[in-house]
Amino acid sequence: MAPILEIDDLSVAYRSDGGDVHAVEHVNLTLNAGEVVGLCGESGSGKSTLAYGATRLLRPPALVTSGSVRYRGRRITQGGDPADILTMNHRELARIRWREVAIVFQSAMNALNPVLRVQDQILDAITAHLKLPRREAREKAANLLDLVGIPRARLRAFPHELSGGMRQRVMIAMALASDPEVVIMDEPTTALDVVVQRDILAQIVELKETLGFSVLFITHDLSLLLELADRIAVMYAGRLLETGNSAAIMREPAHPYTRGLLHSFPSLHGPRRELIGIPGTPPDLRDVKPGCPFIPRCSYTIPACAEVDMSLNPVVVPGPGSGLPAPVGGSHLTACPIVTPEEVSKEGVLS
Amino acid sequence: MTEPTGNAPAVGGMAPGAAAGGGVPTDAIAVTTQAGAPAVNADAEQVGDEAVVKSVAASRGALAMEAVGLNKVFKLGRGATLQAVRNVSFNLYKGAVIALVGESGSGKSTVAKLLAGQERPTSGQVIVDGKPIDVHSTRSFREYKSQVQYVFQDPFSSLNPVHTVGYDLTRPVRLHQPGVKDVGAAVTALLEQVRLTPAAQFVVKYPHELSGGQRQRVSFARALAAQPTVLLADEPVSMLDVSIRLEMLNLLDDLRTRLSLALLYITHDIASARYFADEVLVMYGGQIVERGPAEDVTQSPAHPYTQLLIASAPDPDNLGSSLKAGNVVVGPGGAIAGKAGNVGPAAVGCPFSNRCPLADDKCRRENPALQLLTPVRAAACWHLDVAASPVASGSM
Repeated sequence: MAPILEIDDLSVAYRSDGGDVHAVEHVNLTLNAGEVVGLCGESGSGKSTLAYGATRLLRPPALVTSGSVRYRGRRITQGGDPADILTMNHRELARIRWREVAIVFQSAMNALNPVLRVQDQILDAITAHLKLPRREAREKAANLLDLVGIPRARLRAFPHELSGGMRQRVMIAMALASDPEVVIMDEPTTALDVVVQRDILAQIVELKETLGFSVLFITHDLSLLLELADRIAVMYAGRLLETGNSAAIMREPAHPYTRGLLHSFPSLHGPRRELIGIPGTPPDLRDVKPGCPFIPRCSYTIPACAEVDMSLNPVVVPGPGSGLPAPVGGSHLTACPIVTPEEVSKEGVLS
Repeated sequence: MTEPTGNAPAVGGMAPGAAAGGGVPTDAIAVTTQAGAPAVNADAEQVGDEAVVKSVAASRGALAMEAVGLNKVFKLGRGATLQAVRNVSFNLYKGAVIALVGESGSGKSTVAKLLAGQERPTSGQVIVDGKPIDVHSTRSFREYKSQVQYVFQDPFSSLNPVHTVGYDLTRPVRLHQPGVKDVGAAVTALLEQVRLTPAAQFVVKYPHELSGGQRQRVSFARALAAQPTVLLADEPVSMLDVSIRLEMLNLLDDLRTRLSLALLYITHDIASARYFADEVLVMYGGQIVERGPAEDVTQSPAHPYTQLLIASAPDPDNLGSSLKAGNVVVGPGGAIAGKAGNVGPAAVGCPFSNRCPLADDKCRRENPALQLLTPVRAAACWHLDVAASPVASGSM
């Protein structure tokens, strides 16, 4: 698969009087065409900052301090050099935003304007990015609602007249208004209950299949990503701790934090186990010590952890006979220096 | 039949939702327009005798609170009403956790408000220590409040931002434990109980200086300051990060054991109910559609709604899941549960009848009562023979 969005060594800091808050530190993440990549982390881990930083949506005091974000959309680059989102001028940026890379913002309750009808808000998104006659734009707005399964009659509804699930669908419809190649979804289903959540996720998958866009899906719920995403990146304190395909993350989690997350949600199947969660709280990002940021909450810490450079290295493939599927050549990476295959098979595999 | 037919509300319906005064439209449960009609008599609509279910939680401890035949009808104006709770009965026992599970708008929070005395039931009673609650008498109501405490969902808005943790805890201690001389020591003890240590450090903090988990611990401590026998926890962890949810549930679990609290755990996450609760009550459209021991209900759900709920929960074991394959949820009995779509509960008949794969004319006409499956389990469905049978044979 061809990479469509390459985030390379991205760092974002929030300037404050008490010192810089390093919300994103040297993150590399690639989104391939047609892929769903899940970005998972708790509140304050920098996952939204990463997405907004990569699309230049952050305002001061947030500052991108290093890195590049290369976009290779079919319409923009036509097989030539990728466009660097971080260095392009405002005109180029305006062509990329929404038209190429659209975002479904967190909390549809607040993201929709309460005093505008749904129709006007969708039309706004269409007319800002596509040159269409008024009538065609209206038709497109109606088609977009069809696409996400809302009756056309609802075009004239105000946001408060829609349920939470419908509002979220409207947000998705708006994101798809200009047929983008990349859709960033920031906790799109967090406020919804499980049945509606499943409906919307299924709809996202279906739309992705028919329209062929790629998804960067941001959430704190790893259990959701295991079902939904092709690949998962686990973020903690501004850094990526582990990336890999869903099966690898599920069956052979390499980083203790990932393992902790996997042991943090009760399962509906299997024996009822005592679960412990992850003790402690995330670090203050103003004052992050060198080495692994997870040290204070980690039960495996060794002296080398304080010096690890947090680059992602391949997880060693377990030998044949371990009963585990071998991960796809080197795609399973972790920043943890101490995980060996033996430990993985002992600790990580859910019985 | 007390309700006119053909009036199933669409969720997000215009007038009723809007008239609810800022109410979220999904709360529309059974909106009927029966101008001048007397309050809905739910019993008249329920067919058959309500089964008497023996609660598995009874073995945990003494009876702490009884909810008997609770109904709550909200008037929406212009003659429209909304029945948020319909004929709900259950008991809470000391040292036991009862989970109330359902989607938004299923009426689970309204039940908690009725139990807390924040809302008055249209009919039915809440009984504590053999006495029905009396919201008219200030003194007995205060006594009641000290026995029954409420923990809110959102730790970000349930603590006053201009008050310190110490202030938040000192007030209930003074109010509900008038005999206590050393209030400071009591506050310290409370903070230690919810593991906010060193306590001295937290007493002087304001909510904005605390993380979400710490705030929710303060909420727990504030509720415990009244030395309650019953704790009503309305989605206590759903606003928190996944990695700390479990710690909070384990803390609640520990508190109910040590303090012998009767705990009502309200959630939409049925997996956490399985982990944590003794008994699970599944609500849909304002009524209990299934109840029983947590393990039984989650492992072999009998009601089609419970089956849908369980099939919809994110399942990490389900790699390459139905999500990737398309949204077909096959329930036991080969039933394919419908999408949530945009339909709310049906106003007439079984509330789930407009989404249920097994629904027939009878379901759309008559609302089934809870029927016993075992002495400790019951479900309200006309088609339990079909819906629950493959479960009984253990095919899941």
